[in-house]
Amino acid sequence: MSTEVAEVEVVEKKSEPLFSKKNRKLISNPLDIDNPITVQVLGICSALAITSQIKPAIVMTLGLTFVTAFSNVFISLLRNTIPSRIRIIVQLAVVSVWVIMVDQLLKAYVYDMAKLMSVYVGLIITNCIVMGRLEAYAMGNKPWPSFLDGLGNGLGYGVILIILAFVRELFGGGTLFKGLPFEWHVFESMGIKYQGNGLLLLPAGACILLGVIIWVQRTLNGYRESH
Amino acid sequence: MKFLHDQIEKIKPHFMKGGKWEKHYYSFEALETFLFAPATTNGAKGAQIRDAIDLKRLMMTVIIAMVPCLLFGIWNVGHQHFLAIGQAGATLGDKITVGLIQVLPIVVVSYGVGLGIEFVFATIRRHPVNEGFLVTGMLIPLVMPPDIPLWQVAVATAFAVIIGKEAFGGTGMNVLNVALTARAFLYFAYPTDISGSVWTYLGDAKAVAGYSGATPLSIAAESVAAGTNVVSQLNSFGAGWNEGVFTFNNMFMGIMPGCIGETSTLMCLIGALILVATGAGSWKVIVSVFGGAYGMGLLLNIIGGNAFMEMPAHYHLVIGGLAFGAVFMATDPVTASQTETGKWIYGILIGVFTVLIRVFNPAYPEGIMLAILLMNVFAPLIDYYVVSANKNRRLKRATV
Repeated sequence: MSTEVAEVEVVEKKSEPLFSKKNRKLISNPLDIDNPITVQVLGICSALAITSQIKPAIVMTLGLTFVTAFSNVFISLLRNTIPSRIRIIVQLAVVSVWVIMVDQLLKAYVYDMAKLMSVYVGLIITNCIVMGRLEAYAMGNKPWPSFLDGLGNGLGYGVILIILAFVRELFGGGTLFKGLPFEWHVFESMGIKYQGNGLLLLPAGACILLGVIIWVQRTLNGYRESH
Repeated sequence: MKFLHDQIEKIKPHFMKGGKWEKHYYSFEALETFLFAPATTNGAKGAQIRDAIDLKRLMMTVIIAMVPCLLFGIWNVGHQHFLAIGQAGATLGDKITVGLIQVLPIVVVSYGVGLGIEFVFATIRRHPVNEGFLVTGMLIPLVMPPDIPLWQVAVATAFAVIIGKEAFGGTGMNVLNVALTARAFLYFAYPTDISGSVWTYLGDAKAVAGYSGATPLSIAAESVAAGTNVVSQLNSFGAGWNEGVFTFNNMFMGIMPGCIGETSTLMCLIGALILVATGAGSWKVIVSVFGGAYGMGLLLNIIGGNAFMEMPAHYHLVIGGLAFGAVFMATDPVTASQTETGKWIYGILIGVFTVLIRVFNPAYPEGIMLAILLMNVFAPLIDYYVVSANKNRRLKRATV
């Protein structure tokens, strides 16, 4: 961890541009080769629980990205003053502030959505991705890269969530964007009588689907298990 | 035969290294070895094992064991069809024709889709086409209702072969029984087409007055709420159009509605005889599944409490798919326990769980499918403990 800090500081001295190649990597890596769900296998519970439709998946993505990015910034600002023995509880306190904010916003403006997502918004506090990024990145890096890292990981999480939700909603229920203004009954509008696949609507179906996504991604990237 | 052999020899160079269809070599090889003995058999002299039992022959043995179930199933589908539409006098030929029309397309779809996927994976992964699907492709139709939509058979087969088998590395590597994976997929994906009263093929004809699609399991489950005696309910079922269909003897013979191949306990037992006699299936698994179910049934009889629990234990052995599952699914050498002690534990637990699910879980009327899949998952764990117990026993005996 300490070597990583030193490295960043050396670069900063040359007044690094805001979107240097290194910083852009912070966003792009989590989308593919360092994806929090398919590669690090974190945040699975919410990925299985709220992806039966696209709408909650989008809301969850926004919520988690927001929380991860800003928690990263705050922990990064505080990183030199947090005693390492109590760092987890400090991190939790910071995260919960942001989660409560998201929760209250949802309840105030999209109450139906908040009810549908039930405990999963509150459970962002214990989402492994948030804690993982705080521990692995924000504790050793400056605020701006930490912000980008949080943003990247939130989006990487969101990409998988939305892919899952897209397939599950399309083949499970035969609709797309249900609950949004541009709701689309795909098969009905094409005049096909479609029988929804009940397995995809179950969390077990989402788990199988996630496995398939990991399979495809590893095949494309040529990933090999290291022994 | 000579002509066919010559033709194959003629096109062979195209598939060899450097030929124009080189990457399809394994598809060609599968076809060639399926039709003729491979050129690479062992010589007559030397110390190699000379028994010709290989995967292909083992698989063919299992298929032969399934033939009684299949033939009986074809007749039974037609028989039940004519009973349900009130034409009990239909001839044997009519019944077999209706059965063939219903069953053959399912068999064709199952083999077509499954083998197609096997060939694609063999070509991509550059390994010989395995024969594992020969048995699976026959098992899948036998555990489907006769009027299942064909596209569902295709989807389920594709799912089972890709997710259940190829994802784990192909034949011999699967954790779950592939045919049961296909059935479980349909059960959870399209429950309306594989549960309730779908077990008799009606077609466009109108059902006879008094017709009911109830199964012995659903009758038993309903008796719990009604508080009636299960056996007398079963014996009086079908009055007027199919009298005595659910008497014990009739259910043992299997002349009742159900999945295509699983209704007849008798045919399953004939299959079991073939499997055990040829060494293709383990008698320990078969006996222990029956034993476990019977024992659990007896235990529930003693405890009593509701109508289903008081149903005589031997009824559990003939209703539903227990016999078929015990003989053809639980004995699958890939997914069952490998150790001899493990096979007893594995089989007994399948029987026990089947009865438990049947009696206590109203959401799942039949338990054998889920029980076998569950124990498939636990089989390696059972083996692990059996092996380590054996190690400990021998370590104690050792005087080092």
